Amino acid sequence: METYTFMRHFADSWGLLAMVVFFLGVVAFVFRPGAKNAADRAASIPFDHDVIDTRRSERHAGGKPLHTFPHAARKED
Amino acid sequence: MKYTFEMIVLGVGAFLALVGAGFAQDRLFGAHMWVLFFALLGGTIVLLRRIEFRPAVAGGAPPQSEYFDEVVKYGVIATVFWGVVGFLVGVIVALQLAFPDLNIEPWFNFGRMRPLHTSAVIFAFGGNALIATSFYVVQRTSRARLFGGNLGWFVFWGYQLFIVLAATGYLLGITQSREYAEPEWYVDLWLTIVWVAYLIAFLGTILVRKEPHIYVANWFYLAFIVTIAMLHIVNNLAVPVSFLGSKSYSAFSGVQDALTQWWYGHNAVGFFLTAGFLAMMYYFIPKQVNRPIYSYRLSIIHFWALIFMYIWAGPHHLHFTALPDWAQTLGMVFSVMLWMPSWGGMINGLMTLSGAWDKIRTDPIVRMLIMAVAFYGMATFEGPMMSIKTINSLSHYTDWTIGHVHSGALGWNGLITFGAIYYLVPKLWNRERLYSVRMVNWHFWLATLGIVVYASVMWVAGIQQGLMWREYDDQGFLVYSFAESVAAMFPYYVLRAAGGGLFLAGALLMAFNVTMTILGRVRDEAPILGATPVPQPAE
Repeated sequence: METYTFMRHFADSWGLLAMVVFFLGVVAFVFRPGAKNAADRAASIPFDHDVIDTRRSERHAGGKPLHTFPHAARKED
Repeated sequence: MKYTFEMIVLGVGAFLALVGAGFAQDRLFGAHMWVLFFALLGGTIVLLRRIEFRPAVAGGAPPQSEYFDEVVKYGVIATVFWGVVGFLVGVIVALQLAFPDLNIEPWFNFGRMRPLHTSAVIFAFGGNALIATSFYVVQRTSRARLFGGNLGWFVFWGYQLFIVLAATGYLLGITQSREYAEPEWYVDLWLTIVWVAYLIAFLGTILVRKEPHIYVANWFYLAFIVTIAMLHIVNNLAVPVSFLGSKSYSAFSGVQDALTQWWYGHNAVGFFLTAGFLAMMYYFIPKQVNRPIYSYRLSIIHFWALIFMYIWAGPHHLHFTALPDWAQTLGMVFSVMLWMPSWGGMINGLMTLSGAWDKIRTDPIVRMLIMAVAFYGMATFEGPMMSIKTINSLSHYTDWTIGHVHSGALGWNGLITFGAIYYLVPKLWNRERLYSVRMVNWHFWLATLGIVVYASVMWVAGIQQGLMWREYDDQGFLVYSFAESVAAMFPYYVLRAAGGGLFLAGALLMAFNVTMTILGRVRDEAPILGATPVPQPAE
């Protein structure tokens, strides 16, 4: 088979399938149980370190964010 | 500070440029090498004057506990400078179209000024904004100093050298005629080196981060850097006629060449002007509003959907050409699908203000950032619509396309960059506030009015052009000659220059405001109505 034909067939069969599966995997991962808390922690990252703070460097993925937003629960205020 | 190594490299580079000028195979290459020689010689002299002969003391090295912000400061100044230059050249080329006498041959005619304008606004203004903000954001969201020591300086100055070589090359008449990738092979090679250094500095910072999670803005920045590297290399694959000459020939030919060009061209829009600036949106809007992004999970889906779809959209630039029909349809379908992630991102940006909508009224910087996102939404609706073949048959090759590009570039890229600059300047120079907040308000209205005038005039012009080109009489003959459709554009071209002039006036106000803020001046002015914080009732 010609290289072009081979690549063309691969692109619209297995290649396409692999990308769709990866994308659906991302979506599933984003909505996994517990993702809400992880996402809320990640969303607060820009508010934590405007200057490097060497004293409080013990923040882990499971730890509490340094900066919390009481309004992040998105009640109408 | 001693820059022994840097000085030697610059000096040797200057010497090689001189040799290149001497042995040049064509006049243009020789002229370009003289430009390079004087640029590198100037750099060497500046470094020579900076030598300090005091013995190095312990602690003389920059403390690793601080962010590397000096290069960000230079980047912000460069952004403002190149912005004003790019917008000015834009107004000039707009006037050249309306009044052809303004074409001053050979260096300042439209054909050479147009790439100067596009590269100045996209790569000089936009590129500097992206480099500066990415260095600022990645350090703060990774809680780490920029990786690679002085590598940041190399990226900054190397990029300025690329801009200078590209700009002077256009005016001299050196071009490989690929839209948005006009610089010839040796300038392309230089940009590749700078870009790899940029990738190392950025990715290195992420790798040494102390924050476990990689914040979403960094994903967008990284996608922008990696994809631009790939696009730049493939699109510029070329064989130079001589290693001491300015001319090269593309590795592709015919329709493959066209598709490579537009695969590059559209993804430059997708990853340079969209992904990179979305990274700015995901950092600066939450910071200026002081609220986290509306939905972090939506931002992740936004990222992956955008990455997976944008890369296929390029063929919509080649509707009704020799490109195979299936490829045109593929480009159209993916462009239409792109509407969804784009609007997902827009909603995410806008809804970050949920519960704080009053800030649009009280904070002109927030107003600017939100208007930028609104223009992002409008441009990403208009784009997919224009990629539909039936609509494209009317809009293709007309000024409607120009209007669309400018509503995206001025509205989205311009305003979000201005907002980021107004956020950054007081922070970087440790000022309590900007020189004048009211001037930001003036800038906002001048820019917005300018864009509205520009875009709506180009809609009318473009649709009129398209209709004139396809107007047949009952005998089946074309009603208008092409020259007649050009003559009909005159009032629109004048109005467009007026819209561009308003936008330029706003940018000049920003340049003044930023300069004054850096100098530490504060304008005595009444605060924006409602901007003083109202005491909150206890909860």
